[in-house]
Amino acid sequence: MKEMKITPIRNGTVIDHIEPGMAMKVVRILGIPEPDTHSTISIAMFVRSKKMGEKDLLKIEDRELRQEEVNKISLIAPNATIIIIKDYNVKKKMRVSIPEVVRGIARCSNPNCITNKDEPLETEFKVENGKDIKLRCLYCERYVADIVESIA
Amino acid sequence: MSFKGRHVVSIRDFSRKDIEQILSRANKLLPIAKGEKASDILRNKIMATLFFEPSTRTRLSFESAMLRMGGRTLGFSDPGGTSAKKGETLADTIRMAAAYSDVIVLRHPQEGAAKLASEFSDVPVINAGDGAGQHPTQTLLDLFTIKKEVGKIDGKNIALVGDLKYGRTVHSLAYALSTFKAKLTFVAPPTLQMPEEMVATVKEMGTKPKLVNRIEDVIKTADVIYVTRIQKERFPDPDEYKKVARVYRITPAMLKGAKETMRIMHPLPRVKEISPEVDEMKHAAYFKQAFYGVPTRMALLSAVLGVNS
Ligand SMILES: [Zn+2]
Repeated sequence: MKEMKITPIRNGTVIDHIEPGMAMKVVRILGIPEPDTHSTISIAMFVRSKKMGEKDLLKIEDRELRQEEVNKISLIAPNATIIIIKDYNVKKKMRVSIPEVVRGIARCSNPNCITNKDEPLETEFKVENGKDIKLRCLYCERYVADIVESIA
Repeated sequence: MSFKGRHVVSIRDFSRKDIEQILSRANKLLPIAKGEKASDILRNKIMATLFFEPSTRTRLSFESAMLRMGGRTLGFSDPGGTSAKKGETLADTIRMAAAYSDVIVLRHPQEGAAKLASEFSDVPVINAGDGAGQHPTQTLLDLFTIKKEVGKIDGKNIALVGDLKYGRTVHSLAYALSTFKAKLTFVAPPTLQMPEEMVATVKEMGTKPKLVNRIEDVIKTADVIYVTRIQKERFPDPDEYKKVARVYRITPAMLKGAKETMRIMHPLPRVKEISPEVDEMKHAAYFKQAFYGVPTRMALLSAVLGVNS
């Protein structure tokens, strides 16, 4: 008998090709489930994948991602594909791309950084895309200790 | 690139050419900095010194620089009675100061404060130290000192000694020296050695720094020994601090075998890192270094105010 691993969604977003083991972090930075919503969220981890060996997968019913959220995802799942579903059909499919600079979406982990004080500014980080993705604060020039913490 | 109207936030904003331009301007201004020649090239210009934490040395150096060129200064040297104390944002304080002055010199305990200030100011902002962050005028005056005292920076053996882990000033200096292709040696106890990220950065810039933990290893070859303060607070064990402070103290005996032309630098104030007997030796350049802050800051002030030296 063929087992249904994950149910199809009618309307919403599928995030595919998430680095294996990272799905819960994507859930965390998207802030789902949102309070008082009961739409289905399916999480699949360590799914066999031809392309990646293993991957994680996320299906979120009744939710379209904002650009800002796509940017956040790119920082922790740089190979992710985002698929927008409408009436069970693929409406749009896109790869995430890693921005050079992220504004407003991350917090600096340096408590003495001016961005953590009550000043009228938007945080700004340079994305350094080496072996691992690193965020360097353009105010205090320090590296963010934990990206997930910083953008959740 | 013209400096007129430019903010001076981080040494990383300076190309080698920019730095050379400032250093040659500083050199031309030397007689004025010494008071041998009078100048009023900054007549009618006002410099606001906003010091949210005290730093007498830096403030006096900036004020002297401004006064030597015929400019005027206003400001505060600790935020005690200011509206910042009453909860005003730095952004608002800067907007206000920019309306009263032609250039702002900012010292602030929070890292990144100078960048924030530059975003809210219509007049150039010069970073005079933001927390453990950047202090670009210190770096420039260090480079000027090396140039004056050793002749050039390229290819010289420069040893940075002491607390290389936490001292951000020394990180900026290592960065700037790398743009000049100096040969760097980092001398520190293992727990205070240069952070890996910084070592990686200077390597990317094409220098191959040596990491050692004994000053003795660099005495014979060094052209410059740049000593920094080792702070007691960095050591959980006071005995360990005493041991390190003793091993890293520069004494005349230790300097046997050094090149005649070798110079010792220190950003001051020093505590025990250099014994007072060294002051009389030809190697001691740290008091001159403090003086060189004046022509360097004169160069920066006149450059960002768009005045020809
Ligand atoms: Zn920061």
